[in-house]
Amino acid sequence: MTDQAVEREVGRARLRKEDARLITGQTNWTDNISVTGLLHLAILRSPMAHARIERIDVSPALERPGVVAAFSGRDLAEGLGSLPCAWPVTEDMVLPDHPPLALEEVRHAGDPVAVVVARDRYAAADALEAIEIDYEPLPPVLDLEDALAEDAPLVHADKGTNRAYVWPLATGEDFEAVRQRADVVLKRRYRQQRLIPNAMEPRAVVVTPLAASGEYTVYSATQIPHILRIMLSTVTGVPEHKLRVIAPDVGGGFGSKLQVYGEEAVALEVARRLGRPVKWTESRSEGYLATHHGRGMIQDIEIAATREGRLLGLKVDLLADMGAYLMLVTPGIPILGAFMYPAIYKMDSYEFSCTGVFTTRTPTDAYRGAGRPEATYAIERAMDELAAEVGLDPVEVRRRNWIRHEEFPYTSIAGLTYDSGNYEAATEKALALFGYDDLRAEQRKRNERGDPVRLGIGVSTYTEMCGLAPSRVLRDLRYAAGGWEAASIRMLPTGKVEVVTGTSPHGQGHVTCWSQIAADVLGVPFEDVEVVHGDTKVAPQGMDTYGSRSLVVGGSAVHRAAEKVVEKARKVAAHLLEADEGDLGFKNGVFSVKGSPEARKSIQEVAFETFTSHDVPDGMEPTLNADHVLDPENFSYPHGTHLCAVEVDTETGQTRIRSYVCVDDVGRVINPMIVEGQVHGGLAQGIAQALYEEAVYDTEGNLVSGTMADYLVPSAADLPDFVTDRTETPAANPLGVKGVGEAGTIASTPAVVNAVVDALRPLGVHDVRMPCTPERVWEAVRAAQPEQSSEASRKEASA
Amino acid sequence: MIPPAFDYARPTSLDEAVRTLAEAGEDAKVLAGGQSLLPLLRLRLAFPELVVDVGRIPELRGIREDGDTLAVGALTTHHDVIHDPLVRRHAGLLAQATETVADPAVRHRGTLGGSLAHADPAGDLPAVVLALDAELVAVGPRGRRTIPAREFFADYLQSTLAPDELLVEIRVPKREGWGFHYEKFHRVAQSWAMVGVAALVRRDDGHIAEARIGLTNMGATPLRASAAEEALTGAGDAEAVARAAQSAAEGTRPSRDASASPEYRAHLARVLTKRAVLAAAGMG
Amino acid sequence: MTHISVTVDGTTYEDEVEPRLLLVHYLRDRLGLTGTPIGCDTSNCGACTVELDGASVKSCTVLAVQADGCEVTTVQGLARDGEWTALQRAFHERHALQCGYCTPGMIMAARDLLRENPHPTPDEVRKGLEGNLCRCTGYQNIVRAVLAVAEGETAPADQAASAQEVTA
Repeated sequence: MTDQAVEREVGRARLRKEDARLITGQTNWTDNISVTGLLHLAILRSPMAHARIERIDVSPALERPGVVAAFSGRDLAEGLGSLPCAWPVTEDMVLPDHPPLALEEVRHAGDPVAVVVARDRYAAADALEAIEIDYEPLPPVLDLEDALAEDAPLVHADKGTNRAYVWPLATGEDFEAVRQRADVVLKRRYRQQRLIPNAMEPRAVVVTPLAASGEYTVYSATQIPHILRIMLSTVTGVPEHKLRVIAPDVGGGFGSKLQVYGEEAVALEVARRLGRPVKWTESRSEGYLATHHGRGMIQDIEIAATREGRLLGLKVDLLADMGAYLMLVTPGIPILGAFMYPAIYKMDSYEFSCTGVFTTRTPTDAYRGAGRPEATYAIERAMDELAAEVGLDPVEVRRRNWIRHEEFPYTSIAGLTYDSGNYEAATEKALALFGYDDLRAEQRKRNERGDPVRLGIGVSTYTEMCGLAPSRVLRDLRYAAGGWEAASIRMLPTGKVEVVTGTSPHGQGHVTCWSQIAADVLGVPFEDVEVVHGDTKVAPQGMDTYGSRSLVVGGSAVHRAAEKVVEKARKVAAHLLEADEGDLGFKNGVFSVKGSPEARKSIQEVAFETFTSHDVPDGMEPTLNADHVLDPENFSYPHGTHLCAVEVDTETGQTRIRSYVCVDDVGRVINPMIVEGQVHGGLAQGIAQALYEEAVYDTEGNLVSGTMADYLVPSAADLPDFVTDRTETPAANPLGVKGVGEAGTIASTPAVVNAVVDALRPLGVHDVRMPCTPERVWEAVRAAQPEQSSEASRKEASA
Repeated sequence: MIPPAFDYARPTSLDEAVRTLAEAGEDAKVLAGGQSLLPLLRLRLAFPELVVDVGRIPELRGIREDGDTLAVGALTTHHDVIHDPLVRRHAGLLAQATETVADPAVRHRGTLGGSLAHADPAGDLPAVVLALDAELVAVGPRGRRTIPAREFFADYLQSTLAPDELLVEIRVPKREGWGFHYEKFHRVAQSWAMVGVAALVRRDDGHIAEARIGLTNMGATPLRASAAEEALTGAGDAEAVARAAQSAAEGTRPSRDASASPEYRAHLARVLTKRAVLAAAGMG
Repeated sequence: MTHISVTVDGTTYEDEVEPRLLLVHYLRDRLGLTGTPIGCDTSNCGACTVELDGASVKSCTVLAVQADGCEVTTVQGLARDGEWTALQRAFHERHALQCGYCTPGMIMAARDLLRENPHPTPDEVRKGLEGNLCRCTGYQNIVRAVLAVAEGETAPADQAASAQEVTA
């Protein structure tokens, strides 16, 4: 064992340790959990967008077979506080009450009003129909601009306004002055449609009480067991140390499970009242109403530039749809984007303002990318508009404005210090893989012959801030918690290793990657490492998984903790080998004395010696175990260049993606296979926003795309093969990593829409609203006037 | 996700099925493959007192030749329709359109008869049997009757079957020498047809001698594009076909929903009719 | 209540069930076979795909009573003596799963696809899996995995038992 050379793990496409259970069905999804005496919850929801509850009587439900209890919001009010918002973005932010079950008013279709507890899920579902409830309809609030009018109906009458907050930022020169000296000023309005995250596993929660000691175990399909524990304690009053939260197998999240949901609090409260274990599992259609949505913004963007296409300034005004309530980080989502509108570009002035608006729709909150896809979309769309306006190729206009690789580290106009990157390298690689010039030539030919199927080419050069986050920065942004992450390494007596992480994976492959990281530092075999996560009793400290933070912060913490283990082991080894610590080398898990290679101790031997503790250095604590809590010093900034070619059938309006190439720089790569998978999935979601998905509401505030049959999640048949590649500039953090969870989603949406618009630009089309449905494309073509002057103005600009 | 409670009967013969339906009256629902009914039950959009499962009646399954006609048992699954050599030979349009229905797992369970009896104008097969001039055979307490496809679809999700009648067979005239094509337009592979066009074309001397066009999702029932059919007669080139296809939306009443406006649907009907006919006529 | 007899993954079960009980709930809640998950209520996602008498079906769209007398195969019944099938191995080797929630259904759908079309093109694989949604992978590696099995890059399913240990 001691002589075994351990291959370097980091950088290898290790197959995942997670897979074995998942491909054989030996899973532990929350809905799989069954305990003796388990009761099932079903929740009655408002069929209306906005109404006063005039009367509610749950007692008829009690008459139904199998029903154990039924509660209205009032019935549970005593034990349940308001659901939390952890991100009051401004001092004067309007924060309405958010009861886990509605008390007097319902404020969105799907707002929960009552709960039935029954012996099985069928009985619970049946009994919902017996609940009697009278609603007095109130006017829905749906349009973001109308909602801010003086006489608008209010979502929260007691607050006197639908304006949740206004959050401004202005840096550099005065924008007005910059606009005055600009040759070109472009104003555009873009709309970020609402999206439904659609993690494949619907949400579920199981609560098992230990009535005698007042202890509760909460199993939840959550991304954030640690945060959930703190918040559930606050909402229900169950002391934190009496609460254990477990995220078992979790089937995707994409931000939708970064939340403290009413159902989790209600399940805990019902379990407390009845002293019985309870389970709630949402159906997909129920989740469409009850699980938070993403995006939902109107973006007014104004850019000032020279006629050579150099950016001078940028002004952004957002109206952000909060939905009916401010949930865990609802108000902060657009603010995460605030810093990303300037993207990779240099400019003299930046002004930003976001107004959060209440509407009578399902609350919005984090969805893959969370604020950054929106920002990237707007700036990348606008850059294409600028290119068209000044008669430049879209790639060239970006080249004229981006930060050059020799300028790193670079502090952006928004105040972020980009530590590393090379936009030129990524772009050159992408252009070559894509065959950019050939596609442009084909495009010209098609345009010349008036082909009804047009070719469009879209580019998106993005960056993002991830690795959330330096705690002091979060303080400055008024976020209620820190951004550190915790890791513990336990060296077991037999030389095996347990890594305890505060991250909470739900598909990302942390078990595999953390094993690779720890194996390298400790010099132990990959197979000898187990990773423990997602249980507040076993991994007591953590900040969980979201915002492409897990590897950057959590993986770095594992790395540091492992280094501490090695340092402790070095002391023991030196003692055992009767050598000076400074004379010890450590390679492939073996300490050896320099100059006398036969004097050696493996880390496993050291682990056992430390376990027996018969002969450790005087005064040494007999353990190799080590903890590290890492608070990052900066965000990380992945970047890349994405290129998309689409064929747009101008007769039907149908768009088909012909090819998609992306070159991403996510820093150092721990596992290239997993990185590629993350990119693929991100692309699919970003493309889905561009072409397919939208949460559509009617004028009454009903969710029209209320089932998976109406909300178009693309299948394999609807997506192309992607060509992915990478460039690598290491980040300035211990592992040199940048994070990859959101990159694909952030970059792809503008690449696709830019391609669609590029295809239609010769026909006079300047924009197509997302999702670019066939009908919208067809309408855009019909409404447009052919742009006779485009060739002429191009010549003029280049002259 | 949870269907409402219902009683269940599983007759093993046609006679028993008809008796069961007759006794149950209006509150019974026929369960064939269940691929349309179960989604309705799961979302609690239907509340039958009795579900009559006809899935185990062997005589309702299978495909045979009957002179100039292909007789397809109502319980024949989509999967079996697609792979049946007789269907592929004599009713290629039916096979081709059935391949676009839902997905493979649904096609293993879903049946031709069930799809037609469900009478969803957005379903692909109603327009196809309409274009094929098929006949639908129903059996009830008053005996057996044959309903031309043109008279089978009454309204949205409503056929002219009586509540105590069971659809047992679909009789498709063999169409030797006819070209065919089903052009389905949908936003993602899984979604229902925004518009679909089923085209059958007989050519004579390079010209279209006869055309039959069935339209999916252009009204409360599947429709024939009669004006276009007429205009197509004699068309000899792509341009003439395109001209004739301009009348494809005449007499239709497409709905407005989240996926399309009536105007756009009418436009699609014209474009897709052109494409379907060109493909069917081998002129594309 | 209706009496049913169903063979699931080789074991025959006799039960009294409500006629409305969905096959997937029968598998999960009555038999404890939770390897087959539920992802939607509209027959769109395919997460619950199993085989019923050898053909793929969405077990949320079949009543337990309809499965009376039938054989059901779930993802839990694929491996023999701990040896994975070629598709299971290919999913692992090609990183065709992330959260894994769609995986049981995706594997069952892919089995059906390869049975009907042992040598599909990439487009045929995509089309053949149109009834199964995945939110993590963007499908590319799923397509690769299915093609790998079709191209014999992984031992075919019937030889799974003698297949060599997979290594990275």
